[in-house]
Amino acid sequence: MTPSTTSPEHPNTKGNPAPHKLLRVLLPMAFWLLIWQLGAMWVGRAAIRSAWAAGDSAALLDAVLRGKELFLPGPAAVLRSLGTLAGTAFFWQSALLSLERIFAGFLAGAVLGAVLAVFCAAFRWADALLSPAVAVIRATPVASFIILLLLWVATNRVPTVCSALMVLPVVWGNVRKGVGETDPLLLEAARAYRFTAWKTVRLVYVPSVLPYFASGCSTALGLAWKAGIAAEVLCLPKTAIGTQIFNSKRYLETPDLFAWTLVVLLLSFLLDRVFGALFHRMERGRRG
Amino acid sequence: MTLAVENLTVRFGEKTVLDRFSLSLPLSGVTALSAPSGSGKTTLLRVLGGLQAGGGVVEGVAPGRTAFLFQEDRLLPWRTVGEHISDVLPRERRTEVSRWLELAELEGEADSWPAALSGGMGRRLALARVLALGGELYLLDEPFAGVDAPRAERILKRIRALGVPVLLASHEAHILSLADRVVRLDGPPLRVI
Repeated sequence: MTPSTTSPEHPNTKGNPAPHKLLRVLLPMAFWLLIWQLGAMWVGRAAIRSAWAAGDSAALLDAVLRGKELFLPGPAAVLRSLGTLAGTAFFWQSALLSLERIFAGFLAGAVLGAVLAVFCAAFRWADALLSPAVAVIRATPVASFIILLLLWVATNRVPTVCSALMVLPVVWGNVRKGVGETDPLLLEAARAYRFTAWKTVRLVYVPSVLPYFASGCSTALGLAWKAGIAAEVLCLPKTAIGTQIFNSKRYLETPDLFAWTLVVLLLSFLLDRVFGALFHRMERGRRG
Repeated sequence: MTLAVENLTVRFGEKTVLDRFSLSLPLSGVTALSAPSGSGKTTLLRVLGGLQAGGGVVEGVAPGRTAFLFQEDRLLPWRTVGEHISDVLPRERRTEVSRWLELAELEGEADSWPAALSGGMGRRLALARVLALGGELYLLDEPFAGVDAPRAERILKRIRALGVPVLLASHEAHILSLADRVVRLDGPPLRVI
């Protein structure tokens, strides 16, 4: 049995589960930061060893914190790099423009995927026509899409279209499944209670499909970021996180590479939380 | 007015549930159908409600003008108790929500969610929704399952006062005793004893 957070066995959390929840987030994070730090120290052990032999404590601290930056910088070196980048306007412009491109692609893919799924559920001919196309989009490597899109659309649009193409099949599949699994007993009740078609959609289909749509969006959001940043790395828009990742690689600035990746992770995590909260509100009352 | 069914036949694959079933009932007051589980009385009610196709003739009631209470509550988990009632009411009758909730003894629960209701309360909400929907005939399949006897009797008296004929299926002796007439059935295939 899982002990309650308000049980006498947990006096520290009695009546206030917030610190307990915070610890559950912070402890794993601290664990993985420690693993990262140890890994960086292992990679940079030669520098640590020579600083130790020289008895130079400042050099020793620097070697421990930095690791071997080219291969695996330590968390402190990455944070320092992130701090330096965050002090420039270009950093924020790049982050915002990448966010705009990828979010626009995500929205377009999610809306189009949901609309097409409803269309396919409603008309058998549409399903027969569109299912193979969606399967092809799902199976095509993202790199092929990026290179083709470079030929077809403006460089700035490639990450958006690429993200949309990655999101569409996931949302399509989930919404299609959600529509198909809408409780037939509720649909029969809607007919018996003389609901109009619109009322049936609003009161039965939409709430039934919403959890499937939310789950699809959550999965697709991560894919949108991966595909969008990959597209930016390959098509190099002027102001973009992907371009900065590419530059970090070109100039062997591994801490910057880590810092930009951290920015992607943070933005993705933030959007996921915003969507999670939004869907949670929309699903009011489902848990009673 | 009379409700008459003649030579009603319904088959589910190999199983014949209604086999040239015929019945004639006055369309007034409360009529109870009493039959063992699985005999086919739900199928009969579904045919009368236009929810199930059946070979034969039904006279005295138009399928689109009945109000049907399913054997299951079929509540929408994402709608509140009050919304369940207002959902079946036309815009000009939305003020009647509290009236129907009071009839089913659910006053004060308008803002509750179905998941927070007990089994009996859920049943009463499903019943209130069908009563609010209205029609020329109420077809109620086990309307008081899980509802305590005194409360069920009070609610049935209020339903009777609505003046709409009721055809209900029930196992409970106290409900049968309150009906104007009881049709005892057996099956399958369904037949009048």
